[in-house]
Order: sequence, then C-alpha cells, then structure tokens
Amino acid sequence: MAVKQYIEAIREALDEEMGVDPRVLVMGEDVQEGGVFRATEGLLEKYGPGRVLDTPLAESSIVGVAIGAAFNGMRPVAEIQFADFIHPAMNQIISEAARIRYRSNGAFGCPIVVRAPFGGGIHGGLHHSQSVEALFFHVPGLKIVVPSTPADAKGLLRAAIRDDDPVLYFEHKRAYRLLKDEVPEGDYTVPIGRAQVRREGDDVTVFTYGLMVQETLEAAQRLSEEDGIEACVVDLRSLSPLDRDAVLEGARRTGKVLIVHEDNLTGGVGAEVAAIIAQDAFESLDGPIMRLAAPDVPAFPYAAPLEEFCLPNAEKIGDAIRRLAAY
Amino acid sequence: MPMVGESVTEGTVLRWLKAEGDRIARDEPLVEVETEKVDVEIPSPWAGVLQRIVAREGDTVPVGEPLAYIEVEVVVGASASGGLRPLQEAVVPVGAPPAQPERPASGEGPAGRYSPAVLSLAREHGIDLSQVKGTGIEGRITRKDVLAFVAARGAAPAAPPSPAGAPRPAALGAQMGARPVEVLRLTPTRRTIAERMSRSAQTVPHAWMAVEADVTPLARWRQQIKDDFRQREGADLTFLAFAINAVVGALKEHPILNSSWSDDGIVLKSEINIGVAVATEEGLIVPVIHGADGLSIAALAKKLSDLGERARARKLTIQDVQGGTFTIDNTGAFGSIMSVPIINYPQAAILTLEAVVPRPVVIDDAIAIRHLVNLCISFDHRILDGAQAGAFMVSVKAKMEAFGPDTELY
Repeated sequence: MAVKQYIEAIREALDEEMGVDPRVLVMGEDVQEGGVFRATEGLLEKYGPGRVLDTPLAESSIVGVAIGAAFNGMRPVAEIQFADFIHPAMNQIISEAARIRYRSNGAFGCPIVVRAPFGGGIHGGLHHSQSVEALFFHVPGLKIVVPSTPADAKGLLRAAIRDDDPVLYFEHKRAYRLLKDEVPEGDYTVPIGRAQVRREGDDVTVFTYGLMVQETLEAAQRLSEEDGIEACVVDLRSLSPLDRDAVLEGARRTGKVLIVHEDNLTGGVGAEVAAIIAQDAFESLDGPIMRLAAPDVPAFPYAAPLEEFCLPNAEKIGDAIRRLAAY
Repeated sequence: MPMVGESVTEGTVLRWLKAEGDRIARDEPLVEVETEKVDVEIPSPWAGVLQRIVAREGDTVPVGEPLAYIEVEVVVGASASGGLRPLQEAVVPVGAPPAQPERPASGEGPAGRYSPAVLSLAREHGIDLSQVKGTGIEGRITRKDVLAFVAARGAAPAAPPSPAGAPRPAALGAQMGARPVEVLRLTPTRRTIAERMSRSAQTVPHAWMAVEADVTPLARWRQQIKDDFRQREGADLTFLAFAINAVVGALKEHPILNSSWSDDGIVLKSEINIGVAVATEEGLIVPVIHGADGLSIAALAKKLSDLGERARARKLTIQDVQGGTFTIDNTGAFGSIMSVPIINYPQAAILTLEAVVPRPVVIDDAIAIRHLVNLCISFDHRILDGAQAGAFMVSVKAKMEAFGPDTELY
C-alpha cells in the first residue's frame, strides 16, 4: 500500500472508474482545469472534453444535467465547488434525483454522484465553511457518505459511482492535503451503510464522521495517555443509510455516548443517532447522551479566534469525553 | 505560516527576501512560500525588525506555526502587544469551552437513582446497590463501578466460584440467531430446580472430597439374600439402603454434618431426615425419609421403594419432600464413579453413592478382586472444615466396609 493524500485518493477513484467504465463522466465548474481544489487534475487530458465537462456557474443546471445524463445511461459525477453552493440544486436533488426510484415504482434509478467539499477550520468564512449534510439527511432516497480517511475516500467514491441511486459525497476540504495515509491497491470499495470502529475503548463511545474523526482520535489518544480514559471511536462515514446496528452496539458497549459533528447542533445527524440509542439501547445507558457540535450560527466566522470558538476540536472533544466518563 | 489557500495545511519556505536584523515595513514582501496549490510571496504583517528566522529555506511548516519573529516598535501607551511577535496568523488559544458546565442531567441526585445500565447489571448479578461505592459525579454509581464490584466479589477468597461473574444467559430473543432452534418450555419443576441450584451454588462455598470403600462382604452377602428379600418384602435390597444406614450412624457421631448455616449461628438439627434424590421424567425430586435414624435397613429399603414409586407416579405429598436435614444421591445408579454434587440448600452437606465396581486391588502382596465404591461429599465450608468432613467420611466408609452376613437387616 502506498501513502496518499485524501485528495489524491479522490482523484484516483475518479480516474480509475472513468478508465473502467465509459459511462462515467465528471462535470462541474472549472473541472477541465482540475477544479478549484485540483481534484479533477489530469482527467481532461486523459478522457477529453466529452467526459470532463465544464459547466456554467449554476448548480441547479450542474445537477439537473447530471440527472438527465443518468436517465440516459451515463454515470455522472457532478462537482459542486463548495457544499455552501449546493442550495440552488436542492430542487433537482430532492424532487428529482431522490424521488425517481420511488416514483417509478423501482423501475428507474438515478445513478449520479454529487461531490461537494464541505467543512471549516480553513478560514473560509460564510460561504466556504458550511456543513450541509443535515439538510439532506432528512430526505428518503438519498445516500450520504462522508469519508474520513484517504482509503475510505477512494473506496466510498468507487462505491458511490457504482451505486444505482443518487449519492451525495461530502469531502472535507481541510482533509484534502492534511490527511495522508495508506490506500489499498487495486479495485476495492467501501460499502455504503457500514460504520467503522476506529478505536476500541470501554469508558465512552464517540460517534462522529468527517474530519471530526481525526480530532476525536487525537483527543482519545491524549485521554488514554493522560487520564487513563479509553474512548471507543466509531466513524459513521455513511450517514444515509445509517448503520443502526453499529450505533446500538457502540452505545451498549460503554453506556456513555458522545456524538460529535462540526455541522451545527440543532436537527443534526447527532439528534437522530441520539434518538435511536434512547429508544433501542435505553437499558444500556449509563449517562445522558451528549452532543458536541458547532453552535447554531449560519456558518463559521472568518476571524481565527471566532472560528476556533465555533469548531469542535480535540481539546473540546477531550473535555466532553472526560465529563461523560466521570458521570 | 499563513493560510494561503483553503485546502492548504502546510507550506515550504522557498526563499527569505529579508535577512535577520533587516528593518521591514508593513506589507513589504518578506518570504516566498511554496504550497501544493500556489507559490506565494508573504508580506510582513507588521513594521519592525526581523529579529529571528525559525523556518529555514526548504523547511515545511504547518499553517499557524511561526516562520520568524519580528520586533515591532513599541508605542508608549499602547497595550502590551509590543515586543517580539511571532510572524504567524493570529492563532490565539481561545474558545476554551465553558469551564465546568452544569451536570449533564439535572435533578438526578445520586441517592436511590441509577442509570438503566446500572439497574440492569444489578438485577443481572443480584447486587444490592447500597453496597456499591459510586465514583461518578456526586457519588453516582456508574456501570463500571458495578462491574468492578462484581469482579471484586468474584475474586474474594471466601466467596464461591462466582456465578455472578459469569455472563448471564442472554434473553431468549438474543439467542435465537438466524438458524431455527427448539425451545424447551420450562416446567415448574425445572424452574424450581434452577432457582435452588443457582442459589446454592451462588451462596454456599462448596468443598469436596471422596473416599473409596471396599464393600466386598456386603456385595457378596447382598447377592445371596436379595432375591429372598424381594420376595418377602416386595422391595429391592439396594446398596442405597445400607448407605443411608451408614450415613445415619455417622451423622450421630458427627452432628455438625446434620446442620444448617445461619448468620446467627450453626443450627444443629435434632432429627435426622435423609433426602434421597430421585430422577423422574419431570426432573429431580428429593423425597425425604423422616426419622431415618429410627429405621432398620429393611425398613429403609421398603421406604425407598415406596418413595421412588410415588415420586415417579407424581403422588408424593408435601410432607414427603419437606424437612430434609441431609441428602444422599445415588449417582451410581447412572453408572457414575465420581460426582461433585451441589448442596441441597440450606443443608450442610450432600453425599453421593457411586457405582459398586469389582476391581483388582493389592491385599497382603496379592492381587484380589474386590468390590469398591466411591463415596463423595460436598459440604458447606462455612459450617465445617475438611478435618470434620474427613472424619465423617472415614466413619461412613468403615460402616460400609463392616456390612456383611452379621449385619442385622431388621
């Protein structure tokens, strides 16, 4: 296995899937030039402008065209430059892509992938820092994945492209060049709908996803060394469908549950995870289910101290785990 | 290292445009940095003197880490922000979470309130939570406190091998799995046996020993008279009848074996009522021979026959199964030669009569065929010790070996 960046893993998945399946194409703003984050770099030269399509600055059109292409037998991967800009495409995603399987009584799928860089911690301010997964989490018919490692980035993107239904693929933009880790060789996928235990522990169970997995692992390591507290860390990585079995098993393991996400608190993924546990793992609970998330503000502020205040990090996660362990 | 792009997390110093000691103006180009996305010239954020460069050319530095220190002009009356300032983005330790937020749940005093996990565990292991020391917030008992209590109890030297430490059988649903299984309904007898055996095994510290008795005279004599006896009395003259007789005699010599434990003291029983384990289709039943010390061997044999028949016909009365003070189990009937019985709580001991088997043994430098039988006993180690149990067993053994043509049956 070779060590690769998170963004290299994404680029490789796109390249290799385009290589084996002529129906796969990428489309989005400046993707011919490699895109703003260089995720599609080199694809134009290899696969030509017929399969690497620059689009207007109109997200509704990007997703709408992708849906049309999918209905006509293609497997488009649409790039939304920043997840913050996905809202004009809401109608296409929810009313068309998510509904068609149901609407056609199972006859038609909509095999599109919408890739969207999300997340803060990069001084992106209002329009370059948002997490939008909770908006789609409520919608039946959509699959949502959020990889937290280079290996998962590649395996989940492959699985998303091969899926016969629409998949929203949220990639953390701060992870692109921050995360470097081993990526398996060859044709592998990471199954959608399966969580992954990243660390074993018997004091507190933390459910999280995206870059918060890394912050949580850092916090867990420190707590193990400094306080002797062992946190079990579960990477949800697939939000829809959510791995209910892993959620319940993780909760039952310690009876103390913390849910961490950088999306804002209210109505977030954590609320659903907490509700599942409260209902079906109640007898195992040894403390209140706790959530650590960004405050309910529209987006992270640009100013570094304010952004740091809003964003959960290893230190805040560590404090929360410590409090819960002591309960 | 300033943030020069949104996905950029580190940069490499290409070239310093100023040397240490150089005076620099604000926004004057200071250093060239290479990143994955772009190469950029970093302007000085302050006017002053480049005091010390910490990131050399070629060094890769994470965003937010210092590249150099700049000494800035201190304006009299200005805040204490002068002096050496690291050239870096304004990364200030802020956003420390509110010091000690209120307790996660409100209104849950530690006294008498427990989490579902703690209650489930306490129920499962039969724990009185008032005995458990809580280490949680405000003395709250945590799941781990209960687990530690269970583990400590299991490790205590005087405690029986802790069934509490063993995992509780999962609920039926959890055991069903994917493959169909057959579930045998629990009869009232089965439930009672389960409850009594668990209670005995969980509360009584069992100790065990076995002796071997040479019952050749008894075996030969019995062989000669048993058919007559059967014809005459309508009952089998079993080894068990002799064993009961031997045990009764030994109990008279060692009354501590005919007792039961209580926290106030050891209760010695005035009666000797021998329970005899009988296997029935429903399960184990232990009818009692009341006043066994007043019965001859022949009477014991007839009583055994009667109780056994009525047990199997489910015709025993309540009196027939109550009041036992000592129990004997004829495990030899199943072919067993060694058993570790569970005490019939709250009695002090239980004895098993194993199978009588002919064996070659050495007697006076010669090998002879002898009829041997093992007698095993489990006893409550709270009540007595190995020495007393051993003396009792030696007595039983001697009586078993003494049975023969001279023994009075009536």
